[in-house]
Formats: sequence, C-alpha cells, structure tokens
Amino acid sequence: MDSDNAGGGAPSILNGRKPNILYLWLGDKIFTTVVVMLGASIIMLALGMAWVLFDEGSLSLREYGFINFIKGKTWDPAVQLVFGAWPFIFGTVITSTMALLIAFFPALAVAIFSAEYAPPWLSGIIDNLVQLIAAIPSVVIGIWGIFVLAPWLRDTVYMPIYLWTELNQPGLLPILGNPIGYGMATATIVLALMIVPYTTALAKDAIKSVPKDQREASWALGSTRWEVIRMAVLPYARGGITAGAILSLGRAIGETMAVAMLIGNKNTLPFSIFGAGATMPSVIVNEFREAVESLHLSSLMAIGFVLFIIALIVNLTAAYINRKLSIGGGQIL
Amino acid sequence: MEINIMKSKDLPEETLKTVHSNMENHDIVMKPRMETKNLTVKYGQAYGVKNISLPFKDKTVTALIGPSGCGKTTFLRALNRMHDLTREAKIEGEVLLDNKNIYDEDINPVNIRRKIGMVFQKPTPFPTMSIYDNVVAGLKLVGIRNRSLLDEVCEKALKQAALFEEVKDRLKTPAVSLSGGQQQRLSIARALAVEPEVLLMDEPTSSLDPQATLRIEELIHVLKKDITIIIITHNMQQAARVSDKTAFFYVGDLIEAGDTNTIFTNPKEKQTEDYITGRFG
Repeated sequence: MDSDNAGGGAPSILNGRKPNILYLWLGDKIFTTVVVMLGASIIMLALGMAWVLFDEGSLSLREYGFINFIKGKTWDPAVQLVFGAWPFIFGTVITSTMALLIAFFPALAVAIFSAEYAPPWLSGIIDNLVQLIAAIPSVVIGIWGIFVLAPWLRDTVYMPIYLWTELNQPGLLPILGNPIGYGMATATIVLALMIVPYTTALAKDAIKSVPKDQREASWALGSTRWEVIRMAVLPYARGGITAGAILSLGRAIGETMAVAMLIGNKNTLPFSIFGAGATMPSVIVNEFREAVESLHLSSLMAIGFVLFIIALIVNLTAAYINRKLSIGGGQIL
Repeated sequence: MEINIMKSKDLPEETLKTVHSNMENHDIVMKPRMETKNLTVKYGQAYGVKNISLPFKDKTVTALIGPSGCGKTTFLRALNRMHDLTREAKIEGEVLLDNKNIYDEDINPVNIRRKIGMVFQKPTPFPTMSIYDNVVAGLKLVGIRNRSLLDEVCEKALKQAALFEEVKDRLKTPAVSLSGGQQQRLSIARALAVEPEVLLMDEPTSSLDPQATLRIEELIHVLKKDITIIIITHNMQQAARVSDKTAFFYVGDLIEAGDTNTIFTNPKEKQTEDYITGRFG
C-alpha cells in the first residue's frame, strides 16, 4: 500500500504534498532571525538613545556630579556658565502633577458618563471628540494658548485674583507672581487640557473591562446606577484607572511645544504661580540652538537623560500599578 | 379562584388539564406569592421566552429545568427586572409579586431587586472588599451604618449560608481568598443579608464540586422555611432533591409544570420525559 494513504479510504489531495526540505529548514530559520532582529533592534534603539544622552551629557555630569547637577539651583548659560537642573525638574514636576490633578476628575467623570450613562450614539460622539483633542498638534494648541487662552485667563482670572490679593493679602503677592498670562498656571491648564483625552480613554477602557457579572451582582442587591459604579465598577477598575492616570502624567512630563510656548521660559527660581517658569523639555527646545558652549550643550543632554529616566520610572510605575492593583481573572475563581 | 396555569398555546387541551390537576391542590389552598402572567421576553425580534404563566407559591422551591438555550435564564432574569439593563430586551405580560405587577410604571426596579434577590452561576464576590464588607454591601446601600446591627446581620447571613464557622476568624480578609464553593456561599449570604422575600438562583452550583454543591442544597432546604426560591438547574437529581415544584422549559416555551414528584415520575409530556430521562438536552 502507498504509505501516503496509510489510513485507507479515498486518497486525499494533501497526500504526497510534502513541503520542500529546504523550505522547512530555511523558512523557519529566516523567520526566527527576522523576528528576533526586529525585536532586538527596538530594545537596542532605546538603550542606544539612553546611552547617547548619557554620553553627551557626561561632560556636565562629570563636572557637577549627578546628584549636584540635579540639585543645582542655578542655570546660567550666559555669564557664570553654571548649570543645575533643579529649576526645570521642579517646573516639570509641578506643572505635570498639577495638570494631572486638574484633569483627573473631569476625565474620570467623562469616562464614567461615556461608559455607563450615555446611549451608544452619544458615547460614540464623546469618544470621537475626546480623541479629536488628542489629535490636535501640540504647536496648534500652543498658538491657541498664546493668542486666545492666555490673554483670556489673564484678564478674567489672573487679574481679579491678583487685584484682590493686592488689597487683602499683599504678603502673598510674591507667591502669586506677575499675572502676565504666560507662566506656570497657564502651562498647567493647557497641559491638563492636553492629557484629558489620555486619562479619559484609559479610564474608560478600565471601566469597560469590568466584567458584567460584577455589575449584575451589584444590581441584584438593589443598587442604583451610581451605587453600581461605586460598589462594583470603580473598585474593580481602580488599577487600570490609576495606571492610566500615571501614563497621562508621563505624557504631561514629556509635553514640549505647547508648554514651551506658554510657560514664559524663566530659568531662575523661585517660580511663582502666575509667573514664568520652565520645564525640562521647554528648556531643551528653547536653548539647543544657542548652546555653543560644550558644557551648555552637555548640560542640555544631561537634562534629556534625566527626563528619560523620569519618564521611564513613571511608565514602569504605571505598569506595576496596573499589574498590582488590577483584579485578574485568576484571582477571582 | 383564577387558575394560574402555565400555558403554551400549542399544548393540547388534555395536557393543560393534567397540568392543572398537578397544581390545583396547592393553588386552591393559597394564593401564589409570585406569578407570571403571559410573560414574553423578546430580544429585538427574537423570542427569549413566550407567553409564560407560572405561579410560585410562598415558601416553596421551584426548579426550572430544560436544555441550554431554552429560556430559563431569560425567564428568571425577568422576575427581578434584570432585563432593564439590556437595551434590546422587551418584556410583555406581567410579573406579579403579591399581586402587584413589578413592571408597573410606579414601581422602582431598585426596590424590586431588594425584595427579589439573585444568586448567579459564577460566584461574584466584590474582589476589593473583605468578606464582611461583601456580606453587608447591600445593607450599606440602604443606608444602614450601625456597626452592631451590621455585625449581627453579617453573622446571621453567614450562618444561614453555612459559611460562618469557616470564616468567622477572618471576616476582614479579602473575599477572593475564599475557595470557589465558599465564594458562592458568600454570594448567597450577601443576597440573604438584605432579607429578600424571593431568591432567584441561576445554576448556583454549576461551578462547584459535589461537596460544595451538597452544602448549598442543604442550605436551600433550610432557606425555604422563610422565603420563596426559584432555582435553575441542569442537574436533574438536584432538581429532584431540592425542589417542590418543577417547570420544564423548551425553546422558549413552558412545556410542563407541577409537583416535582409528578414531573419526575409521571410526566405528561413526551418532551419532558425525554429530557428527564436524558434522551436529549
């Protein structure tokens, strides 16, 4: 009997169609090699970028030492040629965390409304609008901020607060700063606006991933809609929501153009609430053209390196929290 | 009195009579606690269940049996308005609780679900809450904050669900640390804590081992002294063991209903007999 038809019955068309030995052997090898190389190249790229930043910044880091570079409060590229990153680290941390604080609850509310309350057609519209905000180029938001938002904030929000404070609490004026419209407060507000889409989308994903049976268990106890959200949905989704918020913080930390256009760009501490300030990305984008001194350029690179490390830590934290706080299927049954 | 007979239009007249005779001894004695009248649930154009009229006597256990996809769950979920949460589902007919239609305009479904508790196929503890908080979750909803009262109700509900002895020393530990069977009893305790008048159980033991199943069946026997229970099961022995009444569903129709003994020993319908003896389904 023909060995290709050992099972008996009608001969199958597949019988006798043995793949070419070269194909079997070589095909797998080629595929594996390509996939491994592509995968490794991404890792190499990230490591390479970190290395280049560190290497280019090493002149500055050697000059001041890593810790002292971070702690250095003076950034003076013009006269003293002293470079310390603290003003920018401070500016970045304050603007991005405040932006997250401002953005978080409205974003969560939009996510809850879109996921739980809105009928499908409305939910679709909301999602698209939110994504539309995310799609606006940063520089466009920046120019809108310069010509529309900042003057408006100055006239309708900052000035009244400033004048009131001047009359009642003149001691607080240095903390408040000059209400010129371009400064920390405006940058923070614009940053908040820019991260709302991320926080919303990630929170909505987390809310949507809460299993139906959790909701139903809560409904069956006689919960109202809000009670279901509070009892079953939000606790279950907290890991994803928190991780999403931290990822949004990462976006805010790295946001460059709009912040650089609106923050006023002042390199010296102390920063005030309305007054000008700077962040790590904003100082890099503002000064790289003029960095003729190698120590200056190296210091900018070192700031880039610090920014890279901070962004990495933030993203790893988000991943960790997502894993730690989320409720895995395996845990439940 | 009105004869509360499950009725499918396709059933021959004599079947209805026999079904009737199965039920009437009890129905004449007392009005049903809960009943459905011509209840139809549609998903869009498709029927979930058609025209079901079925009484549930107070303090009895009614088993709903039938092959998968026959509409048991659809029917059960109509009894405490869980279909309100599904946009596509349409309900026709009436579900009476103490002679009041729970689908009436003036009825708040939230209150209905407090009176008619539900236990699901899979255990559904709230994973971020402790055992204690899970049990009293429903009480906190109605605004009970009194600590000693909550403690008392928690203990009572856990005892009713035959879980108290196993967890009394670790009430504050996460509910997800319990085994599957314990989680299901916890779900039952949580449903009982709000003192429902009717308890709906959708295959409560299908994900449990025989030991845990046995405990839940014992629990049902105890519970029926106080409340009305409607249970879906795929396990014929279980239906025979725990229920007083049995209703057999097939493709959205109620084929036959009556005393469990009668249904299992002397079913009137060929389909019922075939299903019970394992010839299909």
